[in-house]
Amino acid sequence: MSDASELSGTRRPSEGDTHGAIGTARVKRGLADMLKGGVIMDVVTAEQARLAEQAGAVAVMALERVPADIRADGGVARMSDPAVVEAIMQAVSIPVMAKARIGHFVEAQVLESLGVDYVDESEVLTPADETHHIDKHAFTVPFVCGATNLGEALRRLAEGAAMIRSKGEAGTGDVKEAVRHMRAITTGIRRLAAMSHDERYRAAKDLQASYELVDEVARAGRLPVVLFTAGGIATPADAALMMQLGADGVFVGSGIFKSGDPVKRARAIVEATTYAGDPEIVAKVSRDLGEPMVGIANDSLAAEQRLAGRGW
Amino acid sequence: MLGPVVGVLALQGDVIEHVRMLSAAGARAVAVRHAEQLDDLDGVLLPGGESTTIGKLLERFGLLDPLRVRLSSGLPAMGTCAGAILMGSHALLADGTPSEQPLLGVMDTVVRRNAFGRQVASFEGLLDIVGIPAPPLRAAFIRAPWFERIGDGVQVLATVDTPAGAKVVVARQGGLLAAAFHPELTGDPRLHALFVEIIRARQT
Repeated sequence: MSDASELSGTRRPSEGDTHGAIGTARVKRGLADMLKGGVIMDVVTAEQARLAEQAGAVAVMALERVPADIRADGGVARMSDPAVVEAIMQAVSIPVMAKARIGHFVEAQVLESLGVDYVDESEVLTPADETHHIDKHAFTVPFVCGATNLGEALRRLAEGAAMIRSKGEAGTGDVKEAVRHMRAITTGIRRLAAMSHDERYRAAKDLQASYELVDEVARAGRLPVVLFTAGGIATPADAALMMQLGADGVFVGSGIFKSGDPVKRARAIVEATTYAGDPEIVAKVSRDLGEPMVGIANDSLAAEQRLAGRGW
Repeated sequence: MLGPVVGVLALQGDVIEHVRMLSAAGARAVAVRHAEQLDDLDGVLLPGGESTTIGKLLERFGLLDPLRVRLSSGLPAMGTCAGAILMGSHALLADGTPSEQPLLGVMDTVVRRNAFGRQVASFEGLLDIVGIPAPPLRAAFIRAPWFERIGDGVQVLATVDTPAGAKVVVARQGGLLAAAFHPELTGDPRLHALFVEIIRARQT
């Protein structure tokens, strides 16, 4: 074996004008591409992060409390303690994401300075600004944002989001809202793709999004970024359902570490996401998983208890 | 003439991008998720993604050993980023300590994961690659690894200058081609075309 750093006579990268450019749209969106077909898990400790990695998570979301506890505890939910985020970053080799409050660009600056790999501008935390989202173009770290419909997704893209996820209704274990949001987004895209040019101008007005973005999505028949699903996924079958509905991958929040056997369930959800189209494998991995998280039916939530309405 | 059949390992990662690039390079690409699909392939592509996740799924679904056997017995393979890590004989964490993870171990390489840094250090630029005539290829390095050490039978096809010296980012060992970056993200199919050429040369 020879030490690669001692090699001589090999060709060097040319000094193109953008050689070594960091924080480009391509590298921001590109990391989300690498997460496709995978499961991103909420973790609150380094130990949970290690379990998630061992189960096959493609990334972890570092936070202080999972959504089910945020719901139970009430009060203001904020960015995690940097010490918690750093402990999780040191515990695993997979990407680490962390949540900032909607509009709280200083929380995002702090997370970027810690070196997290993705920031989730999340409705699960208490919004800091009831009008504006973060200007995500201003950052080198990429952002993922939630959306309940196509217009919301396009507005987040205009602000610089590099990845979109359905909001669903976090911390409930009820997949219904995630289904609703995923269908709203994918149906919206199909509708756009079928429109004539003049109809797209009107659609841009209705969607409160730029014509250029609307036209780009209509032509491509998909968002220009990866579309994950989140909010209420609790079982392997839930994950496979969302994949078959068009999700590129899955976020699982409270569904894993609020269940009876987190390790087994985490692994099963990973496997069902990979083999979402293969019911025999989904059946096999769904056996003997122990108790799922105790759910809250979405219909039993009062309007002010719903998180999906946060964000504009 | 029909193009060679290349199986893109579709357990996790950016599969569809590779399918498109292989098609542009004249191959017939198929997504592979089951061991029995390996029999009918002329080549295999291991995509970018999370190497730990893909490795565990390979192991759990009985693909690791059959794939290792096929590649060891001469089936050409191309790996990008996570795929390049999986093909290597050893993986290191970013700090240089050994990474305990399932690997195929078919290439005589030691690959350091996330060697260029975390996501905020991810970058793109132009890269000269031996065997690909000018202009240079646009390359996206995303939490990218580099080849820390390579065996005597491994050929260096491209390096990147870093503060720590020139680091190998594209390597070839016979029919095995490994890149630390993502040629599938930049719309230029020339590295995929080089792989298709390697497959064709070994078929005749």
